[in-house]
Amino acid sequence: MNVNQSAPPVPPFGQSQPIYPGYHQSSYGGQPGSAVPPTPYGAYNGPVPGYQQTHPQGVSRAPPSSGAPPVSTAQAPCGQAAYGQFGQGDIQNGPSSTVQMQRLPGSQQFGSPLAPVVSQPAVLQPYGPPPTSAQVTAQLAGMQLSGAVAPAPPPSGLGYGPPTSLASASGSFPNSGPYGSYPQGQASPLSQAQGHPGVQPPLRSAPPLASSFTPPASGGPRMPSMTGPLPPGQGFGGPPVSQPNHVSSPPVQALPPGTQMTGPPVPPPPMHSPQQPGYQLQQNGSFGPAGGPQPSYGGPYPGAPNFGSQPGPPQPLPPKRLDPDAIPSPIQVIEDDRNNRGSEPFVTGVRGQVPPLVTTNFLVKDQGNASPRYIRCTSYNIPCTSDMAKQAQVPLAAVIKPLARLPPEEASPYVVDHGESGPLRCNRCKAYMCPFMQFVEGGRRFQCCFCSCVNDVPPQYFQHLDHTGKRVDAYDRPELSLGSYEFLATVDYCKNNKFPSPPAFIFMIDVSYNAIRTGLVRLLCEELKSLLDYLPREGGAEESAIRVGFVTYNKVLHFYNVKSSLAQPQMMVVSDVADMFVPLLDGFLVNVNESRAVITSLLDQIPEMFADTRETETVFAPVIQAGMEALKAAECAGKLFLFHTSLPVAEAPGRLKNRDDRKLINTDKEKTLFQPQTGAYQTLAKDCVAQGCCVDLFLFPNQYVDVATLSVVPQLTGGSVYKYACFQVENDQERFLSDLRRDIQKVVGFDAVMRVRTSTGIRAVDFFGAFYMSNTTDVELAGLDGDKTVTVEFKHDDRLNEESGAVLQCALLYTSCAGQRRLRIHNLALNCCTQLADLYRNCETDTLINYMAKFAYRGVLNSPVKTVRDTLITQCAQILACYRKNCASPSSAGQLILPECMKLLPVYLNCVLKSDVLQPGAEVTTDDRAYVRQLVTSMDVAETNVFFYPRLLPLTKSPIESTSEPPAVRASEERLSNGDIYLLENGLNLFLWVGASVQQGVVQSLFNVSSFTQITSGLGVLPVLDNPLSKKVRGLIASLRAQRMRYMKLIVVKQEDKLEMLFKHFLVEDKSLSGGASYVDFLCHMHKEIRQLLS
Amino acid sequence: MATYLEFIQQNEERDGVRFSWNVWPSSRLEATRMVVPLACLLTPLKERPDLPPVQYEPVLCSRPTCKAILNPLCQVDYRAKLWACNFCFQRNQQLLLPNLSTPETFFRGARSPLIFLYVVDTCLEEDDLQALKESLQMSLSLLPPDALVGLITFGRMVQVHELSCEGISKSYVFRGTKDLTAKQIQDMLGLTKPAMPMQQARPAQPQEHPFVSSRFLQPIHKIDMNLTDLLGELQRDPWPVTQGKRPLRSTGVALSIAVGLLEGTFPNTGARIMLFTGGPPTQGPGMVVGDELKVPIRSWHDIEKDNARFMKKATKHYEMLANRTATNGHCIDIYACALDQTGLLEMKCCPNLTGGHMVMGDSFNTSLFKQTFQRIFSKDFNGDFRMAFGATLDVKTSRELKIAGAIGPCVSLNVKGPCVSENELGVGGTSQWKICGLDPTSTLGIYFEVVNQHNSPIPQGGRGAIQFVTQYQHSSTQKRIRVTTIARNWADAQSQLKHIEAAFDQEAAAVLMARLGVFRAESEEGPDVLRWLDRQLIRLCQKFGQYNKEDPTSFRLSDSFSLYPQFMFHLRRSPFLQVFNNSPDESSYYRHHFARQDLTQSLIMIQPILYSYSFHGPPEPVLLDSSSILADRILLMDTFFQIVIYLGETIAQWRKAGYQDMPEYENFKHLLQAPLDDAQEILQARFPMPRYVNTEHGGSQARFLLSKVNPSQTHNNLYAWGQETGAPILTDDVSLQVFMDHLKKLAVSSAS
Repeated sequence: MNVNQSAPPVPPFGQSQPIYPGYHQSSYGGQPGSAVPPTPYGAYNGPVPGYQQTHPQGVSRAPPSSGAPPVSTAQAPCGQAAYGQFGQGDIQNGPSSTVQMQRLPGSQQFGSPLAPVVSQPAVLQPYGPPPTSAQVTAQLAGMQLSGAVAPAPPPSGLGYGPPTSLASASGSFPNSGPYGSYPQGQASPLSQAQGHPGVQPPLRSAPPLASSFTPPASGGPRMPSMTGPLPPGQGFGGPPVSQPNHVSSPPVQALPPGTQMTGPPVPPPPMHSPQQPGYQLQQNGSFGPAGGPQPSYGGPYPGAPNFGSQPGPPQPLPPKRLDPDAIPSPIQVIEDDRNNRGSEPFVTGVRGQVPPLVTTNFLVKDQGNASPRYIRCTSYNIPCTSDMAKQAQVPLAAVIKPLARLPPEEASPYVVDHGESGPLRCNRCKAYMCPFMQFVEGGRRFQCCFCSCVNDVPPQYFQHLDHTGKRVDAYDRPELSLGSYEFLATVDYCKNNKFPSPPAFIFMIDVSYNAIRTGLVRLLCEELKSLLDYLPREGGAEESAIRVGFVTYNKVLHFYNVKSSLAQPQMMVVSDVADMFVPLLDGFLVNVNESRAVITSLLDQIPEMFADTRETETVFAPVIQAGMEALKAAECAGKLFLFHTSLPVAEAPGRLKNRDDRKLINTDKEKTLFQPQTGAYQTLAKDCVAQGCCVDLFLFPNQYVDVATLSVVPQLTGGSVYKYACFQVENDQERFLSDLRRDIQKVVGFDAVMRVRTSTGIRAVDFFGAFYMSNTTDVELAGLDGDKTVTVEFKHDDRLNEESGAVLQCALLYTSCAGQRRLRIHNLALNCCTQLADLYRNCETDTLINYMAKFAYRGVLNSPVKTVRDTLITQCAQILACYRKNCASPSSAGQLILPECMKLLPVYLNCVLKSDVLQPGAEVTTDDRAYVRQLVTSMDVAETNVFFYPRLLPLTKSPIESTSEPPAVRASEERLSNGDIYLLENGLNLFLWVGASVQQGVVQSLFNVSSFTQITSGLGVLPVLDNPLSKKVRGLIASLRAQRMRYMKLIVVKQEDKLEMLFKHFLVEDKSLSGGASYVDFLCHMHKEIRQLLS
Repeated sequence: MATYLEFIQQNEERDGVRFSWNVWPSSRLEATRMVVPLACLLTPLKERPDLPPVQYEPVLCSRPTCKAILNPLCQVDYRAKLWACNFCFQRNQQLLLPNLSTPETFFRGARSPLIFLYVVDTCLEEDDLQALKESLQMSLSLLPPDALVGLITFGRMVQVHELSCEGISKSYVFRGTKDLTAKQIQDMLGLTKPAMPMQQARPAQPQEHPFVSSRFLQPIHKIDMNLTDLLGELQRDPWPVTQGKRPLRSTGVALSIAVGLLEGTFPNTGARIMLFTGGPPTQGPGMVVGDELKVPIRSWHDIEKDNARFMKKATKHYEMLANRTATNGHCIDIYACALDQTGLLEMKCCPNLTGGHMVMGDSFNTSLFKQTFQRIFSKDFNGDFRMAFGATLDVKTSRELKIAGAIGPCVSLNVKGPCVSENELGVGGTSQWKICGLDPTSTLGIYFEVVNQHNSPIPQGGRGAIQFVTQYQHSSTQKRIRVTTIARNWADAQSQLKHIEAAFDQEAAAVLMARLGVFRAESEEGPDVLRWLDRQLIRLCQKFGQYNKEDPTSFRLSDSFSLYPQFMFHLRRSPFLQVFNNSPDESSYYRHHFARQDLTQSLIMIQPILYSYSFHGPPEPVLLDSSSILADRILLMDTFFQIVIYLGETIAQWRKAGYQDMPEYENFKHLLQAPLDDAQEILQARFPMPRYVNTEHGGSQARFLLSKVNPSQTHNNLYAWGQETGAPILTDDVSLQVFMDHLKKLAVSSAS
């Protein structure tokens, strides 16, 4: 015991009391270099680009703004304190930016929380080196966007400190980075806007530019700040930022937008008419004063160039819009986080610690809080009061993946057996024993960390306390020292007070004409023969305990008796689909090994038996019903694997009509497309859940199958839906089989109930995911696998206490695949704050987007899509406006200031808004939308991240020898060079884009054809060639696929080919054909919204 | 012509007909005073090895309402080539040689194969099921090779097995609790698929027809192996039966599906649905008892108290099925083997109305079942199966008679004609009946009414005629028509009562009256029926007895009536009318057989035969009386349902002492063997196989004998007590002597 005790450096738990001291250490302690600590921190805060909109006059302004920075810097120190989770109220403002400083005691005292607040936020500290500006302030002066750089906290290691302060950059400097491009010289903004090319180059070449700009930036510091955030590699590079700052002065930027709108906007005509116009107007309005200038700019595009003259080389090209390089870049943020936090394990001992981004590879050490792989929160610092929460509008939510798979380096949760009495729980709130329970009275009692009830410690559990009040055996007991662990459940936790039998898998195969014709049935049966050897098994079990059964169906069902004693399988046809039942018990669910011969025989014969079928009609609900009844009869939980091809039109319960009607899109009735046609499936799902019957659905539709209705049961039972439109064995076999293999093999918990308990003060109020709820607290999951997440939203019902923080406990009661009943417990302690700045500094945008997407996707069931979109935009604007109002350093109203942690919120949110569900393109089918909608519902943060903002990897840019993944580029057509080849993936799709002027040698070594024109468009497989490039690309594709939950089918797209339209759909920073705004446009719009809120 | 007895026997031999009266009272009034109605027992397919087939169409009377068939009784004018119909006196052209009273005509028309649909209960004990499976497999070898067979199994579910498939055996499964309409069943079995094209492509239909149905009904020669394997793999119902529960048995639905299947595929083609069940239906439509073992199946007591909650509903279900089956010309057999009741009471109508068999046994693993079942497939001297299907019996009478009804394994076809009486006896109101399944012994009681008025005397020598026309599907799958025409003399009851009396067939009369009584017993209270029987008997005695008023001792009956009261005495005690000591199922079983067996067998049922074996001489028939039970005798009793061998006390002791094994007592061995051999002989021929009881004095099974004999000596009549002869029976039943005494008293009484 002792050993253990000593081991943990700083008892994570203790923290609260020891507070400061402990905390510092603990948090950073883990990391090797002192320098390190900052790093992590930085990660979040990272780059804080500021967007400033400067009025035309911006120039003049700039200086002042720059002035501001200093202030901020000063504060910065304070920030650190704030950062300390200990919720020192004062600190908050802080400008956390300083955070890094923490170490420095001095720093902490930020004298005045004032001004600094805002801008600083930039948490520069993080990586000392790249001082990130806390917030990104974008100045959209009038029309211009000048990146107002968040002042990077100078203090941070690198002495950028000053720059930090810059944040103030009233737009002008650093942060502006993002926007910067525009802003460059006041004039520049315009110019930039017009000619990206011109601008960009400078940006990229960070160093030079930076330097050049620096001066203008006035605030030398900015530079640093800028740089910090933007790793050199990236276009975003700090330097550019700085430029913007400079630019800031030139409110000019505003123009660009304006311009777009008006005449010049060569690009796409204003898609969302409402938006753009509105936008314009507002701008004008807001700028009242500026108004004047605008016009002037606006009109004369040519004029713009003039501005540009400033630092950057004026570009001859007509300005089009804001320079994308000047606005916050997801790529940059991800890259920074990887660099800064990827190398050190994330130690969970400290309360309220924001984990690295999901895109960063990191190891987790469980020291009392659940790994972020299990739980991620939108914010790790919760406002103490509901008023604050309401003000900020930042949703408080946790994305929980209770059975998440861990990398091999991390140990899976320990199993704790408390014997016959079962797990120790609080008598009042029933929370399970966890590291946050406080033992008192010499260990005889413990106080519940959730409800404060004082409970007796049962004699067999008694243990003495050491001098710090900790139990002596704390480190021997996972439930006292770890964030995640499992209890063995006693019989009290079992259905009917009986230990469960091992679960069963039932394969239910559509054998109607369509399924046979496409070769699906043959393929599937062949595959199942070998796949049955890979059923999930527990731990080191020799063979899986799971039993299997088989059903085929068209408009009647065929059950199979595959009892081992039979020479041949027996088929039992049930035609009474109106009143489904299971025709047999014994022999239906069997052990694979015992019945192997019979099963093999069956799988051999199924394709033959139905080879000549003419039956085209199918049923659906009765199939599920049958599977569920079979499990019920066998008294076990389990999973149904349904392989279905068509709209179930046969006369039977759950029969569906083709009600697809694209005319409903954009009407108030659009929501009906997402709603199930009939309530029958909900009822059925309810029964399934009661039986612990999870349904996985594989769809192979040729046309509309009403995914919205068919997916109801999988959705409510914790199952998955896979869709292979126009399935053809040749093209889709690999994808289907790969998904199938993964789906069958993955570890699943059955018949689960999840309950999230929280400290008094907040309460779980809303849940998203694939599950069913019969009351308001218990999430019932017929099945739950390692890929499924449940998102939980919290609301205040009382005040929280800064000192004690807030604790979450997620308890999942489930039946393992070997039939063992277990409880998995995840605990997570969060900080609480009384200052809004703390909240903003500890947010996680990816998680926020995950939540917002789910919220919106659920919203479309009940509200017109337009309303949902508006709600999202409004909420986002409110969040940012609140920050601007309460946390950002004062600056011009024309400045767009984003909190460092949320600087990607606009770009990501825009991706959500233009996703197929919320803004469908002409080629997107109703089924696709419904499919994606339900898919997103149970996605984890990493999945939503890449789903909404796809990864675009240049393949030919980096040297062939390099083994690492090439650095991604931003998802915009502008980033594509026609001499290169790119891979794009979003977790579902995978494209290989080939530029029209790719070197012939590359074409040859990759496609084995001699020229670009000979490449088959739409190709799905790369030829296997023995050359480094081919190997590398194929290797990369394989590794990308391995990272994702579903197999991504490759599509080769040639530049200028008609397939390119499809590909372009995923270039999410661009305007979409369906009317989705470009990133830049959206940012302007967001700024306008914010300004409206503020005024 | 020698005696009436010979006449009667000749008639029976030739035509399969026995009349209660062989000289008919010529007026309605007199006929009713005869007490025993004018009626006959008709065995339509009585085996006639000598019957030559006639290869031409029957010649019909041209009067549309008559259509009687030319027969030997018709007056024929060979020169004019005319014949006069003896029923309507129509003069018909055309002529052929009429020389047979019972010709049979064959048609070569469309031959449709025989169909055997096995409906098998799988809720059996393992050894029972095994035995049944073996019997079924064995039966496959007995079927005609082109017969179609089908298999339905049931337990908690009902499975219809598809027999055509190779590799995977395939079956359609139905929930055992849900009643389905024929249409639903056919839909679910995919039998109605061609419904749409059928109307357009009518001509093609016939060929397609067998194809559709072939999935479930296959020619035995094609799927012999397949089916044998299938039966071999048949498992007990796999659904668990918890302690204290009966297995869930869906007999009602299984039958319903069987009926629906045949209805949809082979209407009006000879088919047997053969239900093998080992217990009562416990769920779904037709359930007879719940699955709780603690609630016993209904008894007569429950029924009397109106406590049989499922009975009415179940009966209704099976009646509905039986009627549908009959309409389609199929028949239903029930083979019920279980120690407890199986619901025959409710299901009896299935075989009763369709001419199917009902077999009751303790287990499928008994020779009783095995041999009975085998006997279903026995063949006649021509090598044809002793079964026929889809028969219609058309009865025509000369105008002095009308048809009152029929009792037997038939249903009415509701054909009202001029010769149909308004008074019903049995199933009346029609001149045609359908007998869906029949064999050479199937016998119907047909009742007539003399309608000739007293004031329109029939000329001397006038004869009444009745023609029975039976069209049926022979087991060789041919359609055949058998025509039996009989005629009897009329007599004026006032002047020629002696003639009538002498021509009384008391055996036939007893059976015919018994059938009426049993028929009534199905719907009336037992005591009422007995009272009715008694009254009829007394009236008969009053009418034909010779006595002085109020002087019982003077009472005499002529020979032709002498046995009749005794028959009635035993009938009163028979299980057909007494339910005491019998379960409802047993009563149903006994009544079923009584209503279809021929005269000889029926008489045995009414009054069992008792043979006595002793060293004193050859075996002799003895009185069915307790006085026949002697210590040094071996008795052999045949009650039709049971064959009982009973060793008298001394004999039993000898056997116990092992004398039969000693060479010097070989005669004893022979004595013991004699009744066994005789019993064997009876067993050989009897269908269904009787229960074979081998018992001895004091043996528990001796009750079978004791309950049947006339209790002339009981513990009550002391005068016999202690005497050497006979054995006292512990009963309060009246003995034949007492019965006769009362009868005489009542007969001579002027009060009644």
